[in-house]
Amino acid sequence: MAAGAASGGSATTDTYKEVRTWLLLPAWVTLAILVLAPVFMMLIYSFLTKEFRGGVIWEFSLAAYDQFFFDRGLFGDDPAKIEWTYILIFWRSIWQAGAATILSLAIGFPTAYFIATRPEKSRALWVFLITIPYWVNLLIRTVSMKFLLRDQGPLNDFLINIGLIDSPIHIVNTNFAVQLGLFYSYLPFMVLPIYAAVERYNFSLSEAAADLYASKATTLRRILLPTVKPGVIAGCILVFVPSMGSFLAPDLLGGAKNFMIGSLIEEQFKGNAGNWPFGAAASMVLMTMVLILLMFYARQQARSEKAGG
Amino acid sequence: MATAKSAKFDIKSYTGFKAITMLCLFVLYAPLVVVTIYSFNSSVSLTNWEGVSFRWYVDVFTGPESGKFKAAALNSLIIAISAATMATAIATLAATGMVRGGKFKLRAVSFGLISLPLMVPEIVTAVATLIFFNAISFERGIMTILLAHTAFCIPFAYLPISARMQGIEDSYEQAAMDLYANKRQAFTKILMPLMMPGIISGFILAFIVSLDDFIITNFVKGAGVETLPTAIFGSVKQGIKPNIMAISTMLLGVSILMVTISYFVSKADNTK
Repeated sequence: MAAGAASGGSATTDTYKEVRTWLLLPAWVTLAILVLAPVFMMLIYSFLTKEFRGGVIWEFSLAAYDQFFFDRGLFGDDPAKIEWTYILIFWRSIWQAGAATILSLAIGFPTAYFIATRPEKSRALWVFLITIPYWVNLLIRTVSMKFLLRDQGPLNDFLINIGLIDSPIHIVNTNFAVQLGLFYSYLPFMVLPIYAAVERYNFSLSEAAADLYASKATTLRRILLPTVKPGVIAGCILVFVPSMGSFLAPDLLGGAKNFMIGSLIEEQFKGNAGNWPFGAAASMVLMTMVLILLMFYARQQARSEKAGG
Repeated sequence: MATAKSAKFDIKSYTGFKAITMLCLFVLYAPLVVVTIYSFNSSVSLTNWEGVSFRWYVDVFTGPESGKFKAAALNSLIIAISAATMATAIATLAATGMVRGGKFKLRAVSFGLISLPLMVPEIVTAVATLIFFNAISFERGIMTILLAHTAFCIPFAYLPISARMQGIEDSYEQAAMDLYANKRQAFTKILMPLMMPGIISGFILAFIVSLDDFIITNFVKGAGVETLPTAIFGSVKQGIKPNIMAISTMLLGVSILMVTISYFVSKADNTK
């Protein structure tokens, strides 16, 4: 499935070859105007001069990127030093997204494996159970998570009532809460590709390994994992990418100390900062990072498709 | 030997994987279940349980904030139905071109374009769309949300529709054309009815994506125009209140109901 989806699936026939252009035209036009053109416009805006109450002045300027990478002091005439504030926010986002990815992998891999080894009939139902929460409004899921984890929330109440702890554990407004929120937001993206890979795995390979006295752990590490690696990489990228640019989980669960890229960008447009070119530049940096990751992913998928025949 | 199915000798099973799966399901569902339960709490305080009541559901429809939520819900519904309808129509045509259109040069580019909204981080799409509307001086309001949602929903509608079309052999259309149906008739009388499960499930997914969207809406909405998620977010910023739990439970129910319908519709095989 993952391989077919990556290339858009193959054409089955050419029945409607003559009208193909007309069939595709609405999609081309809509997406070119509403996605492609806006991204180009964003690139242009990142090189314009900021207007103080939001918006831009149409004058070329490198100020946005300069502000992002360099610190020139309060009046802008000190020698340029590297500005760490925004690089640190990006670094924290990468770190948080990475931690959420590892958490998702640690729980998602066994889950995907377990589902893929169920009888064929019940697998679809298991997959359905895993994906239902994904379709529930992300905002509502994040709010629910916050409610559950609050100092006076049901989780702490429960732990105090059974006598496990004396005073509430502070989870909300920590890094861990953000990671948990991200894990909760994107877990199906980890489970589904790994599930698809394990489902295609030929278990006679494991049997052969067992016949040659390989332990179960060795079989998992040396035979199964290398075979399903494309699925694992796909899952990691699909969790990492949206986590890095996420806004709701860090905003609602992380508090002001755990600022991530999403909040930095939002503040330029909706908040008090009101610096559109800077927001556009930060978005460009984020998008470039993501596209590089996705290109790596596409190459890796193409290679595994070739290897798979 | 092969019949010995005890877990210890079953090469497929690993100790602890089942427990982790259960933990995974628990983590996924616990917050939703807890919010649902507490939405029926009659207490004004969030966590003191004082018995079952519907007072917060009544509050949603008649309380001080009810006007705001009703307007937001109406906006959400209008936008979700319109955006999902347009996205589904565009995606159905595009899928026909891609799956039944033979080989062509722009195929990979077309697919890249269609899946672009899935690849670009949502917040980037939001920023770009806001900038675009600003640059062409298009006044922000319900229309800008609708346009942005339509584009964003196209890949969500496209994927189930094209998957379905690949699963339908073209012998049905060929048979119709052998019996002197023209291509338009083969398309409308044969392919479309067979495609219905895919189209319905594509529509439902697009509908949910639009109904749930917060980030793009938050950027491109005009002042004073709210959808349910932005209204809820505005409320939550001042602290979680019991009426928010009631609204959340209702929205949660709608989403789960729609996905369940989509699941069963897409499983239905009407080619046999």
